Amino acid sequence: MKTDITPSLLNTVKGKQADDILRTCVHCGFCNATCPTYQLLGDENDGPRGRIYLIKQLLEGKDVTESTQLHLDRCLTCRSCETTCPSGVKYSQLLDIGRSLIEEKVPRSFKERITRKLILNILPYEKRFTPLLKAGQFFKPFTPKVLRKKIPRKTTKGLLPGNSHSRKMLILDGCVQPALSPDINTATARVLDKLGISLLTIKKAGCCGAVSQHLGEEEKALVFMKNNIDAWWPEIESGAEAIVMTASGCGVMVKEYAHHLQHDSEYASKAQRISELCKDISEIVFNEDYKQLNAPEKTKISWHPPCTLQHGQKITGVVEKILGDCGYDLLPVENSHLCCGSAGTYSILQPVISTKLQQNKIESLQKHSPEMIVTGNIGCQTHLQEASNVPVIHWIHLLDN
Amino acid sequence: MSLDTNTRNNLLFQIGEILPEEYLLTSEEDIKPYECDGLSAYQKLPVAVVLPETIEQVQRIAKICSQLKVPIVARGAGTGLSGGALPHEGGIILGLSRFNKIEQIDTDNLTATVQPGVRNLAITEAARPFGLYYAPDPSSQIACSIGGNVAENAGGVHCLKYGLTIHNVQQVTIVTIDGELVTLGSQTLDTPGYDLLALITGSEGMLGIIVEIVVKLLPKPHAVKVLMASFKKVEDAGNAVANIIAEGVIPAGLEMMDKPAIHAAEAFAKANYPLDAEAILLCELDGSEQQLAEQIETVSETLRNANADDIVIADSADEQARLWAGRKSAFPAVGRISPDYYCMDGTIPRKQIAYVLKRISELSEECGLRVANVFHAGDGNLHPLILYDANKEGELEKTEKFGADILTLCVEVGGTITGEHGVGHEKIDQMCVQFSPQELTQFFAVKNAFDPDALLNPGKAVPTLHRCAELGGMHVHNGQLPHPEIPRF
Repeated sequence: MKTDITPSLLNTVKGKQADDILRTCVHCGFCNATCPTYQLLGDENDGPRGRIYLIKQLLEGKDVTESTQLHLDRCLTCRSCETTCPSGVKYSQLLDIGRSLIEEKVPRSFKERITRKLILNILPYEKRFTPLLKAGQFFKPFTPKVLRKKIPRKTTKGLLPGNSHSRKMLILDGCVQPALSPDINTATARVLDKLGISLLTIKKAGCCGAVSQHLGEEEKALVFMKNNIDAWWPEIESGAEAIVMTASGCGVMVKEYAHHLQHDSEYASKAQRISELCKDISEIVFNEDYKQLNAPEKTKISWHPPCTLQHGQKITGVVEKILGDCGYDLLPVENSHLCCGSAGTYSILQPVISTKLQQNKIESLQKHSPEMIVTGNIGCQTHLQEASNVPVIHWIHLLDN
Repeated sequence: MSLDTNTRNNLLFQIGEILPEEYLLTSEEDIKPYECDGLSAYQKLPVAVVLPETIEQVQRIAKICSQLKVPIVARGAGTGLSGGALPHEGGIILGLSRFNKIEQIDTDNLTATVQPGVRNLAITEAARPFGLYYAPDPSSQIACSIGGNVAENAGGVHCLKYGLTIHNVQQVTIVTIDGELVTLGSQTLDTPGYDLLALITGSEGMLGIIVEIVVKLLPKPHAVKVLMASFKKVEDAGNAVANIIAEGVIPAGLEMMDKPAIHAAEAFAKANYPLDAEAILLCELDGSEQQLAEQIETVSETLRNANADDIVIADSADEQARLWAGRKSAFPAVGRISPDYYCMDGTIPRKQIAYVLKRISELSEECGLRVANVFHAGDGNLHPLILYDANKEGELEKTEKFGADILTLCVEVGGTITGEHGVGHEKIDQMCVQFSPQELTQFFAVKNAFDPDALLNPGKAVPTLHRCAELGGMHVHNGQLPHPEIPRF
């Protein structure tokens, strides 16, 4: 595509990167076909091709307003378009650049600023989020309706196995997952224990940085990334095999630390190593003798592949294979490439679109009457549970008999 | 060309009464993404973009535009490759993307009633549970809309055996420029009177706005096999195509890709294409098991006689889908090897394929621009993709000249300037090469019958005689046009 990025921007690393990405786009429009928001809204501006155009205008120094901001805000960052794009356009990287630029150019309303500030200052910090959630769970009947449905039932953490195996891996606890569903990582530890692997949690590691990154706060995101690298590094040097992710949203972020820190002389090579070692739990289990973890009975399940797993990390068919091999009956699910509307903080910031996508997703997932819905990301899990008649759980629980 | 302020305000006020604000786009920021379709080399800004959702809204918008003499350019998914949905500076873009419902699948009559914004592939996906499919499958089928397919008379891999859009559409409902709703064709196979359905198919949005379509569905064939043959010489592959058909085999699809296209497509689709081949042919055969066995033998022998290096037969649906995925994504995949491409769409007699490919390669060397060839070899529909860089001064002009030379070459060997993408904005000048002034005059007369004020997609598909004269393609004596009474658009 022809580009005319302002010279001052083109001389920066970001400007050059954006220009390179734009020039791989041939404007074919295939991306619109698999974009959830384009399907719902039908406006070119609400599909990837239009957003690429809007970002191009921004980079070319044209006048942009809150309209461009709205269309960029409406993007779920599900990256379905990247899976579809034959030209290999790195859309999400371009979007990151576009979002952080427009944040400088177009001021937000007071209400939006407050909401974003609250999100940025609470969600990524486990010590702030956990007590708030607990209070929310306690006072649930008295909380506003919009929040009430987002507060899940309390779950207990469960027992952790010992730390006896010579094979060791690290696991990221993350920011909201320990509060929303503390049992996921303990179940993971028990499953890997059976497979001969011990999991270590490094207390100093925290949010992966995705929340800040997707809200256009790149500097804040970098602080989280560096903190995690520093926290993990000693264990990496002591021979930890991998950094296991049980939330695919965090996984895709950590796998991209190498990209985000490529120009940082101090962290570039460490980030590269961390990204290489980062593995979704499905990748780990897939390479072990998981068939010993058979299902006690044949259960009908619907699998919801999170976008961050299928489009972000390009992992498809792996969880399905594992669960199928372990004796679960996976029901067919239409439009499994589409986002459920959770998309990180999207369900809070774009509730109308998010709810519509949630309804559509639940309809496809429940079409063949599953006994439960399983997924691989905490965001999707809580979001789907809001609207589902059957339990929505992390798939790793199915191997934790 | 642009609209005067009064008319503009009047237009926007009146449409504003029909559509909510978010579906009437007027700021430059919002309409810029609509300035081009899949052919991004040409851009124009419309006055406004309107996104109606009901037929009644379309009718009312057409009436307003008709009264105010404001041009309408209908747009489906904006994936067209001939600039058919390129906006008019003084007109509106009427986007039909919100017309995205499949209204009915009629398994008794093997038809589907669909709104124009429905994606081509979505029809097949909806028909699949009934063992049916919609045959025309342009490479952009994942994204392109059926309304656009009818407007451009789109083809695809399978049109060699199953026909173009025109052969697979039974009924089309249009809104005329006066806002009238007219149904052409019928639910039955034949309709008395002139075949206006055929006229509207491929009319590139110049006769009416398509708002509903009844397409034919076909039962899925019993068995399908896909053969992939690789060649050391492009010309050998070209000759093999003509020979296969000459043997009396009509494959469901017969496609060819040359080396640059193979490499780009393989990078995306990981289809296991042979990267050392100069060309590959993909040949899909369908029918009963017995027919298939015979055809495979004939085709394999023909391919071997034409010096095919290696022949792979894909049996499983997955393997076949993978081979086709590469072919179908080949155009945009070229974005990996070049910042821009210009896709041509000439058609030639099959026996000329080898000669024309050789000439294209010579022309490519002469002008210093690379070409990737991906095309429907079976029906002689070439798609040379000229690779260029729009950021380089003068390169687009060089590309256009090269493209024009290719199309002229097609006409010279007895072919046409478009096989399936339409004329649109892109090939309008080559129409002067293809048709005589008398023929073009008749085209105007047809246009005039439907749209006397020339408000529907003006400036596309049929060049004015004056334009042809300026190009030197037509002689206008003493500045006198034939039939000056006919409106020029």
